[in-house]
Amino acid sequence: MQLSRRQFFKVAAGGLTGSSLVAMGFSPTAALAEVRTFKLARTTETRNTCPYCSVGCGIIMYSLGDRAKNAHAEIIHIEGDPDHPVNRGTLCPKGAGLLDFVHSKNRLKYPEVREPGSKEWKRIGWDEAFGRIAKLIKEDRDANFIAKNADGVTVNRWLSTGFLAASASSNESGYITHKVVRSLGMLAFDNQARV
Amino acid sequence: MTNHWTDIKNADVILIMGGNAAEAHPCGFKWVTEAKAKNKARLVVVDPRFTRSAALADLYAPIRTGTDIAFLGGVINYLITNDKVHMDYIKSYTDMSFLVKEEFAFAEGFFSGYDADKRKYDKASWEYQMGADGYVKSDPSLQDPHCVWNLMKAHFSRYTPDVVENICGTPKAKFLQVAELLASSHTPDRVMTILYALGWTQHSVGSQIIRTAAMMQLLLGNIGRAGGGVNALRGHSNIQGLTDLGLLSNLLPGYMTLPGEKETDYDQYITKRAPKPMRPGQMSYWQNYGKFHVSLMKAWYGAAATKENNWAFDYLPKLDKTYDVLQVFELMHQGKMNGYVAQGFNPLNSFPNKAKVGAALSKLKFLVIIDPLATETSEFWQNHGEFNDVDPAKIQTTVFRLPSTCFAEEDGAIINSGRWLQWHWKGAEPPGEAKGDPEIMAGIFLRLREMYKKDGGAFPDPILNLTWPYKVPHEPSAEELAKEYNGKTFADQLDPKDPTKLVKKAGELLDSFAQLKDDGSTASGCWIFTGAWTEKGNMMARRDNADPYQNGQTLGWAFAWPANRRILYNRAAADPSGKPWDPKRKQVWWDGAQGKWVGSDVPDFKVDSAPEDGMSPFIMNPEGVARFFARGMMNEGPFPEHYEPFETPIGVNPMHPNNPKATSNPAARVFKGDMEAFGKAKEFPYAATTYRLTEHFHYWTKHVESNAIIQPEQFVEIGEALAAEKGIKAGDKVKVSSNRGYIKAVAVVTKRIQPLKVDGKTVHHVGIPLHWGFKGVAKNGFITNTLTPFVGDGNTQTPEFKSFLVNVEKA
Repeated sequence: MQLSRRQFFKVAAGGLTGSSLVAMGFSPTAALAEVRTFKLARTTETRNTCPYCSVGCGIIMYSLGDRAKNAHAEIIHIEGDPDHPVNRGTLCPKGAGLLDFVHSKNRLKYPEVREPGSKEWKRIGWDEAFGRIAKLIKEDRDANFIAKNADGVTVNRWLSTGFLAASASSNESGYITHKVVRSLGMLAFDNQARV
Repeated sequence: MTNHWTDIKNADVILIMGGNAAEAHPCGFKWVTEAKAKNKARLVVVDPRFTRSAALADLYAPIRTGTDIAFLGGVINYLITNDKVHMDYIKSYTDMSFLVKEEFAFAEGFFSGYDADKRKYDKASWEYQMGADGYVKSDPSLQDPHCVWNLMKAHFSRYTPDVVENICGTPKAKFLQVAELLASSHTPDRVMTILYALGWTQHSVGSQIIRTAAMMQLLLGNIGRAGGGVNALRGHSNIQGLTDLGLLSNLLPGYMTLPGEKETDYDQYITKRAPKPMRPGQMSYWQNYGKFHVSLMKAWYGAAATKENNWAFDYLPKLDKTYDVLQVFELMHQGKMNGYVAQGFNPLNSFPNKAKVGAALSKLKFLVIIDPLATETSEFWQNHGEFNDVDPAKIQTTVFRLPSTCFAEEDGAIINSGRWLQWHWKGAEPPGEAKGDPEIMAGIFLRLREMYKKDGGAFPDPILNLTWPYKVPHEPSAEELAKEYNGKTFADQLDPKDPTKLVKKAGELLDSFAQLKDDGSTASGCWIFTGAWTEKGNMMARRDNADPYQNGQTLGWAFAWPANRRILYNRAAADPSGKPWDPKRKQVWWDGAQGKWVGSDVPDFKVDSAPEDGMSPFIMNPEGVARFFARGMMNEGPFPEHYEPFETPIGVNPMHPNNPKATSNPAARVFKGDMEAFGKAKEFPYAATTYRLTEHFHYWTKHVESNAIIQPEQFVEIGEALAAEKGIKAGDKVKVSSNRGYIKAVAVVTKRIQPLKVDGKTVHHVGIPLHWGFKGVAKNGFITNTLTPFVGDGNTQTPEFKSFLVNVEKA
């Protein structure tokens, strides 16, 4: 009997527990002692890619909730994607701990500001954060933008503010970041590839 | 990677050097074990430490950190003197017969044209002799003393096995064993791959190390072939993508480059980047540069980019120099910068000389951190005791910290080392109020644009005219952005071979960069990604893992740039007549009946160019062939030469003992003050190198409970001999100091690091894992880059993290 994991869960949840589990090599006594189905059987599977090194291992994330509007999706398990041609379902010690990254207590939750000379963070709203940052950027750009160099050549560059882009953000994030940063005339711009 | 992860299984010989795939890329390393198990491949590891990659090797050779050019140069000399080169391959596919200018010379560690005061070369003599026909002169008989082959032979003849042993500390017999095994791949039926990582890039001669490796692979005929290539194992999951997208000071997307301030003429700017073939019948694919550039400017500036304004040429900032991160932090340290944004990046931990980086950040007016995690950089102003001993009251920087999503909470593509663009899907909402990076960029940009619209300001045109066609302007979707970088046509496109046939309707997404135009009728944000999202749908999301030829190419899985090719330069897998060098390896070949190139991979070639047309496989080079002689493209010379790390444990370059100016890379940029901050072996006698552990990823997983549990505390690794000399026992706390600061950590005393005999001296290595800091759920520790020197590679400015000097004492 050939069963995919999905079919296995369906069969297991559908009442044929004893016979199909025997076929899968489980003992019927242990299986019948199970009073409810595996939690994983009721989760939503989402394909993703490990964000750590550059092997790009395929992963499957299991979350509670069925993507209904008011259901809060929470990822409860992450494992290697067996269909992926490179990792074939395996993960390394880093990838195997991904769930704890998603739920790390050091994840940032709110915009914050640390004012000059202060010893602490202060929570602010996104609107205030975007507004203040845009104002600071504009002030510096307007004050220090170099339209022409000493020889009178148009150079349209801005050197007094810089930007470091990430190493694990998506292509789409990287693309729009580049588009915005260059439109400002910025040259002090790099990503992790530089180091 | 020229090749990709699964392709490693096709190798007969695998060289891991300048990397440690077993620990840093474990799931990719499985293809090494697959090659060993199924293909009887032999694994060679060359490393200062006996790593876990070494533990599985058939042959391990120790090497002193920073001496890889001497080692590989020794292999090149071995291949040439023992006639172990793939002569038919290099005769047709390299520049070996080309003639170099007679003025070109090399003496006392300098190539011709060196200016010691400027620490720079005038590269005029590093060029070919040109014939009256406008093409490079060539001597296929290889008799001319100025042909590349003879120059190269002479250059590397100095790297004898004795010289290798003296510089690298590798016992001569061990070196010869390695050379012999690598040489076994010079026959057409055997292929070697090279896997390297930051252990090659993070040196003041990093780019030249990699060039030496590439030259060795060319000599062996291993480029373009399944199981071959020169394979960079990138350090992070989308460093490949962010580099492809050009997020570097001097780049534009798709490896195009920004204009310098002397390039005032648009046509010359394009022409210089679109070279005509330098040999008859060659493709020189960059001739299409103008099409890629105009399409980019149309993607960014739409109707505002017109033929009349040279496609908004004035909107592009013009470089006076490259503002790489070392340059930027030097300027910041001088108080010349006011603002800085770090998006998913932790520079306090990631850049050399933490004291200098921290002092530089303290001089900013504002710093913006966009990150999923609470990084050290975001708290550079906070006192964290000995780990970060600063006074917040004295630091006047305003710091914003904006929470961003992580991988699990967004849709999008990232690119692995094998150039596969793989799509991923959102599985949950982010915590709290965290937002995705595109939303954060839009949030800042749209407010900025509003202010420029209302109040005006410095050169507002590019800001006001930037295309922003997103349905929800403050939240551009991954799908919209992916389609934008793929590109589309504004006009109907007809088949050039049959103008009655419509290939593309106006408004449609493009299938290939061959459809891009320089007349403004197409837009594409990154030409090398064209084909990733077409009218057929999202090619990056494809999940067909079928492998009909059983050589691991899986063309239906995701999308590989360029044009879904899995192995670059794969035309070189066939001989000049179009037949595979090795009939057992089914890659690409010429099918005379169909009149085209076919095979298990997408041919990296003009698909209908018959072998007798004489087009060579390296279509991006104007020569059509691969270059042993780099012309003026490298800063320290057209051939690699061994130079010592800037902090050298022996204080002299044994290749040039009488020229102290050639001790270290003569063309590397060193800032004032940093030269003085280099340590000397007298005070700091041990060669240090930083590395990653298999249980941790960079500075992220110290925030991850399971990883913090399995590897909780900072340590340094020293050999038994050094430990005995210093009276240090395993588990003792030690202080490791360089000329820039110190860290304290637990000593791990191992057999994995053995003392080496170098130039008559004993050199001990100290291994320093890099994962700790003062934020996280692991035990807090010191930032490793407190110790490292502020100097970079002579071409890329990648810092010399892998070779510096320290002292070790009991804490």
